[in-house]
Amino acid sequence: MNDTSPPKRTHYLNAQHTVGSWLFTLDHKRIGLLYLATILLFFLLGGIAAMLFRVELMTPDPTYMESETYNRLFTMHGITMIFFFLIPSIPAVLGNFLLPLMLGTKDLAFPRLNLASWYVFTFGGLLGLGSIIFGGVDTGWTFYTPYSSTYANSNVILAALGIFIAGFGSIMTGINFIVTIHKMRAPGLTWFRLPLFIWAHYATSIIIVLGTPVIAITILLVAIERLFQIGIFDPALGGDPVLFQHLFWFYSHPAVYIMILPGMGVISEIIACFSRKRIFGYKVVALSSLAIAILGFFVWGHHMFVSSQSMYAGMIFSILSFLVAIPSAIKVFNWTATLYGGAIKLDTPMLYALGFIGLFTVGGLTGLFLASMAINVHVHDTYFVVAHFHYVMVGGMVMAFFGGLHFWWPKMTGRHFSELFGRIGAVTIFIGFNLTFFPQFIVGYLGMPRRYHVYPEEFQFLQVMSTGGSAVLALGYLVMAGYLLHSLVLGKKASSNPWRAVGLEWTTPSPPPTENFTTEPYVDYEAYDYTREEVYRDDADEVKGA
Amino acid sequence: MSSSTHISSLKSYLNVFWTLMALTLLTVVVAFFDLGPFNIIVAVSIASVKAYVVILYFMHVKYSNHIIWLTVAAGFIWFVLMLGLTIADYATREWIPYPEAW
Repeated sequence: MNDTSPPKRTHYLNAQHTVGSWLFTLDHKRIGLLYLATILLFFLLGGIAAMLFRVELMTPDPTYMESETYNRLFTMHGITMIFFFLIPSIPAVLGNFLLPLMLGTKDLAFPRLNLASWYVFTFGGLLGLGSIIFGGVDTGWTFYTPYSSTYANSNVILAALGIFIAGFGSIMTGINFIVTIHKMRAPGLTWFRLPLFIWAHYATSIIIVLGTPVIAITILLVAIERLFQIGIFDPALGGDPVLFQHLFWFYSHPAVYIMILPGMGVISEIIACFSRKRIFGYKVVALSSLAIAILGFFVWGHHMFVSSQSMYAGMIFSILSFLVAIPSAIKVFNWTATLYGGAIKLDTPMLYALGFIGLFTVGGLTGLFLASMAINVHVHDTYFVVAHFHYVMVGGMVMAFFGGLHFWWPKMTGRHFSELFGRIGAVTIFIGFNLTFFPQFIVGYLGMPRRYHVYPEEFQFLQVMSTGGSAVLALGYLVMAGYLLHSLVLGKKASSNPWRAVGLEWTTPSPPPTENFTTEPYVDYEAYDYTREEVYRDDADEVKGA
Repeated sequence: MSSSTHISSLKSYLNVFWTLMALTLLTVVVAFFDLGPFNIIVAVSIASVKAYVVILYFMHVKYSNHIIWLTVAAGFIWFVLMLGLTIADYATREWIPYPEAW
């Protein structure tokens, strides 16, 4: 009998099997997966915290928990989701996995620094987790002084230390990306042939490297004040609490762009592939990432319009905040123009991408409301703000993350997920998300402040709707977890380029070999050149052809 | 010339060291005189010169390539922008006096 089955191919997943081969790996793809497992754990924790306080918010009176517990839960939700899930999600998982593949190189410039970044991040995350286990933090994720530095009777220092340390992991990743993009592009891969995913990660890395040290210094100053009673932010000691807000938002507003820019990179890849078209206005979209990175640093004062900040500074920040909407709008308009006349296929990644465009647009436009000083005073610290940033962070960033995860899942795992369940999951998440957060725009506009679990009865209907929506959202995520885990074992094997996408990562087998490419790639085509069939061929085609 | 190939002489390090010591001494001496609003300006100016010298010589930026210059300049510019926009708040708070009742 002739054995016609092909010989077993060695790739990065089966090259070595020991635990040590994962924990000490220098392979960017394995490190990306280590990050994936870590951040999904934090996503689960943050999600559980959210579900718990959403249940409490179904009734206007305290039912299941005291305000102390409620405060700790929403703080736990904010800290884990922002610092330990959203900020590292796309850069550390998809960026780590894809950057060298898209650039046609073997690895990142500093593989050891890359592995160190995961250890540093995980250590910071464990400290954050420790602060929760030992009683939690009740300051909110913003750690505003003088409450956090003087009055808060919770594990502020431990949580802050965790964020401080995790920040170094981000800086390591950022430096690694910048150097790799500058120095390790394949021959022929000029700056304006780079995928927009790379441009977005380049811009993100610049923000990380320039901004993260400021939050590190700010956290140190809070710790110094709390431990040694040195007056920096506490007026009783001669400090100024508004100074904390300046320093905090100098990092934390650009951090919004650290979260959303990589998502925009993912969306550009998906839109181009599932429209079979080059991204409309490629160069402008690429440069708009840099514009967002730079302008994003000059708008932080719009978080402080009612903080006693000078109204003249407020006016400057208001104008600058309107300006940052321009490059974001450029992206949205150009994606829409790309869709126009495209051969659109509504596969799962595309459903997430279309969801992103709609939800991010709502989030972005309500951001303009908040940049207007007069409206900001009305809706400041209400559920309107909560709805706004969840439309950007969850509706935008999380949709992009899961869209990207689905898009590159066959490449990462070598397996296909169930397309039917994928679509069901994407639609469920979209519906659940809107049911959860749209009512919050209304309840916020009507005047309900954030961070209270006792509220007037007239808001109950909208709060119950929001909690119901969060259950639908959670169901969507569970469906996704189910079919993705199922695909790991029983999914159909994926060919090198199942979506027929353009990009160097699709020219190597799925999953890629440890060294990524067997021969050095040469790029003689523009990004997203969907006019030349030989650019997006699939190894399955060759088998059929043979 | 790249910083990895440049080896500074001991003399140059000592020159920088003595410059920094002299500037520290100057800071202390100036602190004994009340210069009014110029107290902070003089102190910050001396500190800036010291930082400049440290970055150029001790951190080898003077002998590094353009991308290192760009990186250092970006850090500096961002720091100035952070201070500038923060001061835009502090410097203009009193332009409209607070009502008496406050």
